[in-house]
Amino acid sequence: MNKATIGVVTFPGSNSDHDAYHVVKHVCGQDARFVWHKDDDLSGLDAVIVPGGFSYGDYLRTGAIARFSPVMRAVAEFAKKGGPVLGICNGFQILQEAGLLPGAMLRNRAVKFASLPVHVRVENDATVATAGIPRGTVLTMPIAHGEGNFYCEPEELHRLEGEGRVVFRYCTRAGEVTEEANVNGSLASIAGICNASGNVVALMPHPERASEPELGSTDGRRVMEALIRSAVPALA
Amino acid sequence: MARALVFVTLKKSVFDPQGKTIHDALRSLGYAQVSEVRQGKFFEVSLDGLSPEQARATVEEIAGRVLSNPVIESYRIELEA
Repeated sequence: MNKATIGVVTFPGSNSDHDAYHVVKHVCGQDARFVWHKDDDLSGLDAVIVPGGFSYGDYLRTGAIARFSPVMRAVAEFAKKGGPVLGICNGFQILQEAGLLPGAMLRNRAVKFASLPVHVRVENDATVATAGIPRGTVLTMPIAHGEGNFYCEPEELHRLEGEGRVVFRYCTRAGEVTEEANVNGSLASIAGICNASGNVVALMPHPERASEPELGSTDGRRVMEALIRSAVPALA
Repeated sequence: MARALVFVTLKKSVFDPQGKTIHDALRSLGYAQVSEVRQGKFFEVSLDGLSPEQARATVEEIAGRVLSNPVIESYRIELEA
């Protein structure tokens, strides 16, 4: 049986690249390959993960410098052809800066770095990261960010909601979207969105850090496996 | 040599959590008259070998493309001779 080959982009300052690689390769049993930020060759890859961390130190603004990397031109090209792309945390911010996803991240409402498990509700089950996970499913995964307070202009939010492009929303354990559960103050409790064709998805929580029982939750594995199934439909 | 001052701030329509926190702190220090604080970033950019027009054009490009994110931020440039 064929395996999926998933590329994991590494920027200087990425820190979740090895976690993502580990889950793809050792937990899900697929092939994984690191792609250095100076490389622009994604040939042979079935999907690409833009992982979490602090690319280039995030000194200017999260994801601001990473988007100019050669690899991001290749990722944009890959996405344009319909290739599955998953952005996680800093990867979300980079995809926004690169213009592959709308909006931007403000400082968390409470101005604190937030590192804790959160619940998110699946709002769209037709994306590369949620295929096979029914709408309304509540997933528990950790967040670890200081800038995850999703913001976009009202017209953009209207478009996102209208096109069903909000993929994950912060919620309570029971799946209720409340202000208290909106951990960082995101607009409309948005934790993850996708592009118009659903092949570029990003979220602030870390599925790769919730894919093994030892880590307290295996819900993230469902997201990783959805990506793998989308990458190689024959594996589904 | 030209020197440019670039001020990057969150757009007025965008909530500023840091500014709000600083505002709260000022009020708790007794500055009750302070009605709002908006924070931002300040850059001094020095450029060599460019005419004032070229320097302005270059700083405009840098400010719009790199130093600010147009989704949430706006910028203002002051060019020093």
